[in-house]
Amino acid sequence: MSGSVLFDTPGPRTRRRVLVASVITGVLLLTALTLVVLRLVDRGQFDAELWAPLLNPATEEFALVWGLIGTGLSLTLRAAVVAMIASLLIGVVIAVVRLQLGRVARIPLVGVVELLRGLPVVVTIVFVSVLLPRIGIAADPFWFLVVGLTAYNCVVISEILRAGVVTLPRGQVEAALAVGLTRGQTMRLVQLPQAFRAMLPALISQLVVILKDTAIGSIVLTGLEDTLYQGDLIRRNLDNPLQTYAVIALIFIVLNLLLSRLAVFLERRLSRSSKSNPAEATTVAEANAT
Amino acid sequence: MDVITENWDLWVSGFLRSLGIIGWALVGSLVLGTIVAVCRVSPIPLLRVLGTFYVSVFRNTPLAVLLFFIAFGIPVLGINASFYVFGTVGLTIYTAAFVCEALRGGINTVSPGQAEAARSIGLGFGQTLTLVVLPQALRAVVPPVGNVQIAMMKNSAIVGAAGVGGDLFSAYNRLTSAQGYSFLPTVTGMAIGYLLITLTAGALLALAERRLAVAR
Repeated sequence: MSGSVLFDTPGPRTRRRVLVASVITGVLLLTALTLVVLRLVDRGQFDAELWAPLLNPATEEFALVWGLIGTGLSLTLRAAVVAMIASLLIGVVIAVVRLQLGRVARIPLVGVVELLRGLPVVVTIVFVSVLLPRIGIAADPFWFLVVGLTAYNCVVISEILRAGVVTLPRGQVEAALAVGLTRGQTMRLVQLPQAFRAMLPALISQLVVILKDTAIGSIVLTGLEDTLYQGDLIRRNLDNPLQTYAVIALIFIVLNLLLSRLAVFLERRLSRSSKSNPAEATTVAEANAT
Repeated sequence: MDVITENWDLWVSGFLRSLGIIGWALVGSLVLGTIVAVCRVSPIPLLRVLGTFYVSVFRNTPLAVLLFFIAFGIPVLGINASFYVFGTVGLTIYTAAFVCEALRGGINTVSPGQAEAARSIGLGFGQTLTLVVLPQALRAVVPPVGNVQIAMMKNSAIVGAAGVGGDLFSAYNRLTSAQGYSFLPTVTGMAIGYLLITLTAGALLALAERRLAVAR
């Protein structure tokens, strides 16, 4: 935290000033909150009939509504997990190949990587859904989503890993080669493990991105009954968009926070014995975490 | 590639509309993100909590869900606007959370001695931040904030896909569904449109990084 560096430990006068400022912001916030709540009440948004199907297990719609959300969520999660695993695997391969190729030989690969990185993932998903049937692969929209997400995220992950390998101290490779490891062994046993560890925050951020991006699915793919599709169905029937989308957003927030928590946990476990400085890695992590 | 030459006007107007969304979201998210970042490092605990809450909510909500929440949820409250406004606002709110984090990362790169020195000569929080830390953080912040904004440009396609109307994505939808052009060339046209935006932005950012690079 930089907070403690930016201001002194407050003395009595500052404490008073902070207290006054806190009270003022508190009052302003409360006023804003009250206005919003009043508006919500005014529009009948706290009416039981809007919330009950989502929150009260006693209502008859409850089971149905959560059944729909569950179906959607299971599809979303399956797509996310498959895309995450595929992106990681292909990402490693691309990173390794790009690092092993010579200056000229890697030009086509770099071109493809830059192209995929520059395209919005929605466009990539649409592209895949158009291209695959065209070349004779008639697949379920689920696979269009997975392939689209993977195409975008595997190159991002490969770039993260490559940055991890490139920023390793040169001595690592030299030592590995000196003890007689081949180039392949050096990559597999020395460079990649360290790159993975240094880039873990960035990698997990990218996994969060994949999970969030699965939500795009049903917007551009017809017949994909994911979480947002089911949410659309629910709000059409119950006429409660505010409530339905708030619940769906909350589900995603909890899932993503859990993933991020996992990242913190892993990082702490892995960095117990490590002396390397992950500052540079974290900058990359922040840059990619969108 | 007839689909591009025959519908040049539609593509150009779609391109400009997309640039419009991007322009508003760029300015809006920089302003809002800075405000949230200042909240997150401020001495007032309530503001810090508020800033942290903002970031954890909007960084973890998928943009698509946020857009649907705004587009369908806000009119329920009696506030009506066009999808263009709702979409741009959604993109701005979402991106601001990432801008805030990038700025905070930048503030952390300024060595603590700078802030300590500023405080020891009697500058307060506001002065320390605006006169000493932020000017230095600004350089360090250009690459991450730039990357956040390039990601925003890509995310503007989600706003388009959600149905803003009149942008690049809806040009694709209109040409394929209403006018019956074949999908592959049309989607390629759309892809070229977005690549023009993101690759140009990427090149500009690389240029800015080289200009601002400073040996530490």
